[in-house]
This record gives sequence, structure tokens and C-alpha cells, in this order.
Amino acid sequence: MSKKNIIIIGNGMVGHKFCEKLVSKTDQYQITVFGEEPRIAYDRVHLSSYFDGKTIEDLSLSTKDWYLENHIDLILGDAITEINRTEKTVHSHSGITKPYHYLVLATGSAPFVPDIPGIEKEGVFVYRTIEDLDKMKAHAAKCKSGAVMGGGLLGLEAAKALLDLGIKETHVIEFASRLMPRQIDDAGSKLLQGKLSQLGLQIHLNKNTSSILGENEIKGLAFADDSKLDLDMLVISAGIRPRDEIARLAGLEVSTRGGIVVNEFMQTSDKDIFAIGECALYKNMIYGLVAPGYEMAEVAASHLCNIDKQFHGFDMSTKLKLIGVDVASFGDAFVSEPDCTSIIFEDTHKGIYKRINITNDGKQLLGGILIGDADAYNMLLQTVNNKIVLPPNPEDLILGARGGEAAAGSGVMTLPDDALICSCEAVSKGAICDAVTSLDINTIDGIKKCTKAGTGCGGCIPIVKDLITGTMKENGVYVKNVLCEHFDYSRQELLDLAKMNKIKSYDQLLDTFGKGDGCEVCKPAVASILASLWNDLILKQDTIQDSNDRFLANIQKGGTYSVVPRIPGGEITPDKLIVIGQIAKEYGLYTKITGGQRIDLFGAHLSDLPVIWSRLIDAGFESGHAYGKSLRTVKSCVGSTWCRFGLHDSVSFAIQVEDRYKGLRSPHKLKGGVSGCIRECAEAQSKDFGIIATEKGWNLYVCGNGGSKPKHAQLLATDIDSETCIKYLDRFLMFYIRTADPLTRTATWLDKMEGGMAYLKNVVVNDSLGIATELEAEMEYHVNTYTCEWKAAIENPDMKKRFNHFVNAPEEKDPTVKFEGMRDQIKAGAW
Amino acid sequence: MMSEMLILDREIESTVEVQNLFFACYSDDVPENGGACVKYHGEQIAIFNFTRRGEWFATQNLCPHKQQMALSRGMIGSVGDDCEPKVACPFHKKSFSLKSGDCLSGDDYKIKTYPVIVNNGRVYIEIKD
Repeated sequence: MSKKNIIIIGNGMVGHKFCEKLVSKTDQYQITVFGEEPRIAYDRVHLSSYFDGKTIEDLSLSTKDWYLENHIDLILGDAITEINRTEKTVHSHSGITKPYHYLVLATGSAPFVPDIPGIEKEGVFVYRTIEDLDKMKAHAAKCKSGAVMGGGLLGLEAAKALLDLGIKETHVIEFASRLMPRQIDDAGSKLLQGKLSQLGLQIHLNKNTSSILGENEIKGLAFADDSKLDLDMLVISAGIRPRDEIARLAGLEVSTRGGIVVNEFMQTSDKDIFAIGECALYKNMIYGLVAPGYEMAEVAASHLCNIDKQFHGFDMSTKLKLIGVDVASFGDAFVSEPDCTSIIFEDTHKGIYKRINITNDGKQLLGGILIGDADAYNMLLQTVNNKIVLPPNPEDLILGARGGEAAAGSGVMTLPDDALICSCEAVSKGAICDAVTSLDINTIDGIKKCTKAGTGCGGCIPIVKDLITGTMKENGVYVKNVLCEHFDYSRQELLDLAKMNKIKSYDQLLDTFGKGDGCEVCKPAVASILASLWNDLILKQDTIQDSNDRFLANIQKGGTYSVVPRIPGGEITPDKLIVIGQIAKEYGLYTKITGGQRIDLFGAHLSDLPVIWSRLIDAGFESGHAYGKSLRTVKSCVGSTWCRFGLHDSVSFAIQVEDRYKGLRSPHKLKGGVSGCIRECAEAQSKDFGIIATEKGWNLYVCGNGGSKPKHAQLLATDIDSETCIKYLDRFLMFYIRTADPLTRTATWLDKMEGGMAYLKNVVVNDSLGIATELEAEMEYHVNTYTCEWKAAIENPDMKKRFNHFVNAPEEKDPTVKFEGMRDQIKAGAW
Repeated sequence: MMSEMLILDREIESTVEVQNLFFACYSDDVPENGGACVKYHGEQIAIFNFTRRGEWFATQNLCPHKQQMALSRGMIGSVGDDCEPKVACPFHKKSFSLKSGDCLSGDDYKIKTYPVIVNNGRVYIEIKD
């Protein structure tokens, strides 16, 4: 018996997902796909990332090989122009005629372009396909100002794209009185507007565009209120229109407002023709998000395999990051008093707005809006969808527990088994917990492989993690803080074991206290422990180091390395500056000043590292340990030697501190700062340790950091002299090295510490554990045994040999390394 | 076995192929429990000296994730109860089985692997067409 034909029209995200779903269920169909665009299905949700470095390959959802392997005939760059329902054939633009038994319309949508005079001018774009993006990119090069028409979700995405394209002056023009009118309320919109303005967007609300100005090319916009705006380009994002033209021509039922009418099996008015995704209209609604589109694909594919599945609408809750601002809306976001009680939290200083709507009896959550901080989104959405009874103080849901006690109820484990955790792949809580219990899976990777949860947008991963830990605890598995599968100990326990047993090598530790052959998690963690304990040369055990530590340089895009010589306190002589310049010129390196007041030289071939370093060492430089989890820099302001406000010599003290702790291996990188007065020009309070001059001495702050979660350092001691400051620092750093988990910065370490800053102060200042002398002695040992790793490496021919790219052709460099030119220097080729 | 020994016992110069064995390097060219990269015509092959297990492995040097020539600089180790040997790319820690070449981080791509033969301190890679 020959197979029945299924033809899919459209190779967008939903069309592709349908193919995946169908071939996973059956092989009884001969599948043909027609795509109008020239390329294979790609991720349209993350389209704007095309402008910040992602390539077409990164965005691509599949490969031609995948279609070949699954015997799907994929015809790209050819649109279907006609469906003949009597003969059951389709005809393409290029003249192909194909018979079908079943037809699936996944034609998606097109941007809605309003009929404004001048809309056809050059420099006016829509934002939908990679072709659109390429056209925008080509035009943007000569533009100073641009605007997006439409302040909805897609419009703001497009505005981000303009910012990424380097358009200095970017406007958003919205007809309604607020941004994202479908997702958020007035107050939320106001706050979002404030945040986006800070990021450089100019937002115009209540603006009705009357015409587009300019000769052939756009020069600006004119509005109904007689105002004008000069522009070099415009992106239209005024909504979407379902692509229902061929369905309409074929006489299928189509709504007057657009959209192909479907039933709960995704069948159109012709039962052999299905419509899925943004072209389909179910109960008078177009679902313009990807998750419901995937669900429709699942329903249609199931129906074609005689599996009973129906579509009953879809939760349109969304969470996204718009130009770096979290925006989420879930459940019924707009219901208002007296039909519910709304709890609203607004912090205009930090730019956070949270609103939850609860039933008047306070028992259930109906929906809400989160802006600026959407960490609670997953849990709140689950609370709505599963009608979970609220705790007595529902405000805790958005404010967190206050007054010391942990938040009541509402843990992930209280969710019912059918709670949908991953909406992209439709995975329930039950399925995840079951995988943990019966298949003994306890890693995110394992869950991804086994259930596909978390493989779509990835938004559910934190909740999946909590479910894994929660289930294991429920099953009576003692969830211990262990390093990895090879060591059943925490970092702190391993450090103690290595110390007590005087273990100096990784293999010895693995043989004595571990199992298996190690991995990329425990090897560098143990390397760090051993370096902190014994301060041996790390190249003696080079293959347990992370790549950067193994080659004593930072690996960069393309496989070359960057070189950072130590410049203590940021002080450098003109002669040393000249040497750095000469070396950079000779080896063709890109140079940049780092955030820590030193100079980074990029683009060094592996085999050039030893000779670059021997030149640097001859000129008096030492390794800067930029590659290590170790002390990076101690930043300083110029201090009392020059500054008219300076109280003490902050540069000299910074150099002293940096020289003391250089080469100190720790659980994570360490940064310090010394400021000569309260103006704090060295930004010492954003460092792991910060020292600020006072009239009487120094104030010592600890446990701050910049980075993704900035934290101000906290005051450990006031008005202390230099000697005491060093003493406290010795104790503080050694205590951190002894007790922190791998890759934990000091701020996170303090966060997890029971008793917090009061406890730490007690240990460091009052010696409450009686270990101060020990800690100081350990630091003294480190200081006395310090050697420059690079000096040791270049003096040892065996170590030097390790820096060749090819062992069988030591004189040859990696031929795949490619550079491009930029502003008279080089940059790494894109990947 | 006999024919293999015969081939190996001949004095072979660097990069001369005999049948399908390619003399890659000497065993002490590759660090213990680590990798090194060898050039084979236009290709780059990563060789791993898994001293701890007394085994040698060879794979393509290219990490398929971001197309970087980097696997030879990755850390090796094992995963699971049956100690599947693996290498983790230094760029984003994608892990691959040294035996099958399968990606152990859940992605679809895999890497090429080659049999390795070590004789008298010489490391040979078997290249199949």
C-alpha cells in the first residue's frame, strides 16, 4: 500500500514543529513541505539577537539533513498559490502541482501595514523575516535617527534591534495611551516607559501618524496633532495579519477580520485541510505566541495519527526581557476592583512594578503583571493555573517573606501532578518528578533528554531544578552539597581532607576519596583547593586546570588568547607602557584598557605566548592572573600624593595589598579597591574587598561585586590602621577560601552564611572560632612561597613545549584562526 | 596482529602513512591525562593520553558547537557508573564521549573518533576512508 500524502504549506516555527511531531508519531505518511522563504525554519522569537551577534545558523531550528533523514521533501523559496479542493492538489508559484490527501496550512502571519500616505518610501521597513533584517541593516549604516511605529511587544523588540544597529536616536510611536496595551496596565506602562527612556529610547504615546515625509526616501513623520519628527528610517510594527489568502481563494471559511476558522482538532471547514499557528482562528482568537502554535501542531499531528487530542485555547501568559527589562503578564492581568482585590507594589527608584489580582475572599490568585523583576513569574503562573490556595499573606508572593520567617506554603512541591511546567514541550510536573523517582535522573541535562522539558525557551529551568531537588528530598534522598558525581564531598570537606591527609595531587585525592575518572567540574575545583593549600606551581598538574589556567592566558573567540600583565594598583611607568606597545605591535595584538586598570592584549597565538611573556618578564612584568580564579587587581584612585582631597596614599596601599595577595588561588576571582577619600573614585565598595581612607585610618568593606547581580560591599571594620587592615584581610580571605563552594563570589558566600555579616565580623574581628592565628599563618605561607607562574613556565623547556598548537608541527600556528579589521586594530572572526 | 607488528616495527618517518596508520607523535608529546593536537593533511586531530585508564583516544579537534579548534585543550574525565570517557570543550563545556563521539550535553551533533595504537613510545592514529 502506498503512503498517503501530507503537504505542509509554510516552513516557519510552527510548520517545522508539526513535522517533528508527526515523524515522532508515525511513518505512514509521505510528507512534503513548501516554504516561501529561501531558508529553513528559524527562531523568529529571538530574531532581534541577529543584530547582537547571532548568525542565521544560530537561529536555525533544523538542517536540510534532518529533513532528508526523515524522508521529508522540503521545497524552499516556492510559495503555494492555489489549492484545488476538488482535485485535491496544490499549485506552486514555480509551477509544481502536487496531490494531497491531507493539507496543513502553517502560513503564519504578515505584518500589518497601515494605509498611511508615503508608506512606500525608501527607508520604511517591516520586521518579520531575516530578509527584512538584512534590508534594515544595509539601510541603517547611514542613519542617525529611526523610529518604530507601534509600542507593542514586537514594536519594542524592533526598537531594541534599532539600538543594536547603532541608531543613536531611536523613537517609539504608539497610537494608544500606553506601551504594550495588550499585556500591561497604565501604571506598569508608565514604569516601563521610564526604564526604557533611561536606556535611550524616546517614547511618544497618543500619536496618530498622518503621513510619511520625504521625496523618495523617508525624511520624517507628520502627526494628526500637526507635530513633526525628523527621521532617517521607520520600522512598522502595528500588529499582524493572518496569512489566509490561499485559504480564502480555496473557499475555506475565513473570518472577515482575518484568520482561517478551525475546530478543536485544527480542521478547517474542509476536514482534510488543517490550519495551525498564527494563520488559524480558534473561537474568534488568533494565538500570536509560539507555545500555543506548538500545541496546535501537536493536536493536528495527533489527529492524523488517530490519537485523541483537542485544542481548548491556550494560556497567553508571557514573560520576556525587553531591552534588558523583565516584563511579564499572566492569568487575568486586567481584572480590577470590585471584581477582585489587587495588591500593587511599586518601586520607582529601582524600576519595579508588581501587581497581583486575587479573589475577594483572598483564597485564589487570578493573574497579574510584573515589570523590572519577574523572578516570581513561574511560581505565580503555576499558582493561577492550578488554583492553589493562597497563603494568609498573599503579598508575600511578590514581596518575599519579611520579618525573618520563610514564606509559607507555595513551594513547587505543592503543585498538582498535572501542573504544566514546560509549556513549549507540554511537560507536566508529574512527568518530571516521575523521571526523577523511577528513572533516577537528577540533573537538568538528564531531564532535558528524557522529557524534553526546558529545551524550548528555557524559562522553566529554575522550576525544574527545584522540582528535582524537591522530589529527591521527598524520596528521602539526602540532598547533599557535593562537588560532582566523582566526589561525595563539598568543597569545604575536600579542602579539609586534603589538608589533614597532606594530599598534593588530584589523582591521589581521587584515588583516596573519589570515584571514576574525574570531570571538568571537580578537576579545576580540586586544582584550586590544592593551589590554595600548598601554593605549588599550577603547571605541575596542567591537565586538571581549566583551559585558561592550563595555558596561563584567557582563551578567546577563535581560539587565540589574551595576555594581561600585572600592573599593581594601576600604576605604570612610561617605559613599561612603551614595552607593552612594542610587544603588541610586533605580535599584531589588539589592546584595550580593562575595567581593573590594566592593559589586555588580545589575539595571541598559543605558540606565541611563551615568547610574549619572556619579553614582558624581561621588562619587569609579572603574570596578572587574569586567567585564574585568583586575585585580579586592586584598583586605586590617585590619592593624597596628587589629589587635593586625598586623605592617605591610596596607590601605595593598593600596590602593597595587590603584591601581598597576587597569585592567591580562591573559589572564584577576587577584586579589590583602595580609595583615598570618601568620594570613592576607586569604586572600592563594588569589590570583594574595599578600603576607603578616613581621617583616622581606613574603613574596610567586604563581599561586594559588580557583574550581573551587583552588590555593595559591607562594612567590616572602621578607622583601622594599615597593619590591622592587612591582618583582617588575611583572615577574611583565608576564611573565604576555606569555606566557600566552587565558583562562589564573596557576596554569594556571605548571602548563604548563617548569621551573615554579624557572624563574619565575629570570626574575623573577634576571632570567635579561635582560628585567626592559623588563618594568618596560612596567608603568610602563601606570601612567602609566591612565584610568577609565567617566569617558571618559560624557564622550563618541557612546560614551554605545551604551548605548541600542533605537537607534530611545532613551528606551525593554527591555520583556522581568522581576524577582521576594526578601528585600526584586529578583532576575532565571528562564530 | 602479525601484520600490524610488522608495520610498526619498520622505521617510519613523521607523517608518512603506511596502509591506514598515521604516525602522529611520540607518547610523551601528549601530557598525562590531557590532550594535544596533531596535523593530518588539512585536518586537525585531538589525541588524548588517558594515563589514569591506560588508554588513548583520538577525535576531531573541532568542537561542532561553535566550530572552534579546541577539543585537544579540553579537560578529560568520565561520566556515569560505567565510566564513559569524555572530553569537555574549553569554550562552553560541551561534553563528548571519547568512545562514540556522541554529545553528552544533550545536543544533536557528534564528533569523529579514531582508533589509536601505541607502540614503542610511538602514537599512531588509524584513519579509515
